[in-house]
Amino acid sequence: MKKRSLKMAFAGIAVMSLFAGACGGSDDAAPIDTTAAVTEETTAPAAECVTPTPVKLQLQWFTQAQFAGYYAAQDQGFYADQCLDVTILEGAVDISPQTVLANGEADFAISWVSKALASREGGANIVNIAQVFQRSGTLQVSFKDKNITTSADFKGKNIGNWGYGNEFEIFAALTKAGLDPAKDVTLVQQQFDMAGLLSGDIDAAEAMTYNEYAQVLEAINPATKALYTADDFNVVSYEAEGVGMLQDAIWADGSRLEDPAYVDTATKFVAASIQGWSFCRDNTSACRDIVVSKGSKLGASHQLWQMNEVNKLIWPAAGGAGMIDAAAWDRTVALSQSAKNLEGGTVLTKAPDAGAYTNDIVTAALALLSGIGVDTTGSAYMPETVVLAEAGN
Amino acid sequence: MNFARRVAYRTAMFIVSIFSVVAIWELYKIIGPQDGGKFFGVSVLPRANNTAMPHVSTMLSRYSRPEVRGSDKKIWAVVLSGAWFSLRLSLVGFFLGTTIGVGLAVLMARFNIVKRGLLPYLVMSQTVPLIALAPLVVSWGGKLEIGSFVWPRWLSASILGTFLAFFPIAVGTLRGLSSAPAAAVELMESYAASWKQTLFKLRFPAAVPFMVPAFKLGASGAVVGVVVAEISTGLKGGIGRLIIEYAREATGDPAKVFTAVFGAAALGLVMAGFVAISDVFLMRNRPKESSI
Repeated sequence: MKKRSLKMAFAGIAVMSLFAGACGGSDDAAPIDTTAAVTEETTAPAAECVTPTPVKLQLQWFTQAQFAGYYAAQDQGFYADQCLDVTILEGAVDISPQTVLANGEADFAISWVSKALASREGGANIVNIAQVFQRSGTLQVSFKDKNITTSADFKGKNIGNWGYGNEFEIFAALTKAGLDPAKDVTLVQQQFDMAGLLSGDIDAAEAMTYNEYAQVLEAINPATKALYTADDFNVVSYEAEGVGMLQDAIWADGSRLEDPAYVDTATKFVAASIQGWSFCRDNTSACRDIVVSKGSKLGASHQLWQMNEVNKLIWPAAGGAGMIDAAAWDRTVALSQSAKNLEGGTVLTKAPDAGAYTNDIVTAALALLSGIGVDTTGSAYMPETVVLAEAGN
Repeated sequence: MNFARRVAYRTAMFIVSIFSVVAIWELYKIIGPQDGGKFFGVSVLPRANNTAMPHVSTMLSRYSRPEVRGSDKKIWAVVLSGAWFSLRLSLVGFFLGTTIGVGLAVLMARFNIVKRGLLPYLVMSQTVPLIALAPLVVSWGGKLEIGSFVWPRWLSASILGTFLAFFPIAVGTLRGLSSAPAAAVELMESYAASWKQTLFKLRFPAAVPFMVPAFKLGASGAVVGVVVAEISTGLKGGIGRLIIEYAREATGDPAKVFTAVFGAAALGLVMAGFVAISDVFLMRNRPKESSI
């Protein structure tokens, strides 16, 4: 009897393992990143292109219109035109694009400048090769009755922030306003939604113009039973406060920039990406649809809003999209060195060396684009007006 | 009670317990403070408003609505396919965890030096936060290439399930293997039975009542590991990813995230169900009072 029960035990485990194993086998189609399959479908190699160079791009977050330019370049075949086979890797809560890039698991990464410079100071040899977002999109949003119209009004308030290096501008604004982040304000860890602001736990919540700010405008105001409007809120824009830091940029692996082949790939990659962004500037709805088709779970009106707001951060680009503006760079560096955090420390202890960014690649990329007639300055760019629906649907 | 009546009774109790949870939830929404209860400035009572605690009917009705406008996929279909995806990863994790856990337990039962040397590390391993481990496993996996075998990204999530699953199984099995009565062990010795014979004829059967609950813990551990790994590393397709994606929309659509949370809970129940079924087989020849 005992022997039988033992046999049954192993039989049970074996059956389960077979089941699991069978599933593991049939899994292959599902878990593999869908982007890879899409790449193969959409990027028909150009005539002179025999084997496209494989390129991996690591994003900072899930698929959303914040990265529309790259998805558009993939979808519209701009990467294929440059003989690149680009795989886009999504980000996640604990994925640091700088680390992924420095470890050689991606060829390029999207990251905010201050965060990436902190990684560089920590020893990651990564180089900014194109500054996609020319302006900062961070806001601190509060209800009108809190009377928070500048960062000086943060005093004595509950200030929400996400952490993970997204809070540097808050510290910069506090430092500029002469406030001590440890004593004069209460910093509150903020979730990925804006419920903390709406419920009153947070007086002023951190929000990106292209994402969280839209979320509050998509929520129902219990008092009026209609959506909240921009009139219900005060918005402190860090860009307008003069403490905006450079955000989404394309970072390359510094150790590989010696290799002419990598530089060539980087140039083509930056060119095709800017072409993608240029496409999204002129075709917001098409880019919204591309992003939604790549599996974003956010609603359509939310994505359109995001696309429009992201465009505002890129265009117009006087020096050409992707150009790293020395003044904005220096401001980001200076703020990273001066803004005091809770412990009194700063993001950077010393200025990054001159190799932290280069305009060589983006200059070559822009020349490549002007050769095929792509508008890379967007001087006539006019933002659209997007109407948000409930829950962004 | 015969078998059919027992099943009917258990099903009825299950339904009653679900309804009582629903009733308590809705009751709290009626009597609870809309903006939460504060006690000396510290909030102790959760908010009862519709943003923090949507009506059960709202959550359930969300299942039959499309995931996003213009999509023909209903939420129930998305949650179901997400749960199915995570279930498969959890089963892989659970199977690996069982293999490693039982293997380690046998080694530790056989060699006392292994037990003394290894057990502290096993305990220590469980104090490593999963979210710290997740990106590392993905990173190591991404570099691993053995011949034509390329490490699939989902395997990293399964490995984290394994990480949580193997520990209770190893400890439970070890305890079980050493639970054979001394008289029985001595009897085996008097027969000049080899260690292997003692293991399979005496120790494993004696261990079953300890292993089944350990497997239950391991099964739920595998689910937790997989879901956390999905959240942490952004693996697409599973229930963990759905939870974080829907949580982002909680501002405007608070009921949506609950649909995915229920999916994860159902997943845990299904995994526990698998173990319960094996429990029925393993324990069927035992007197009822010895079962746990």
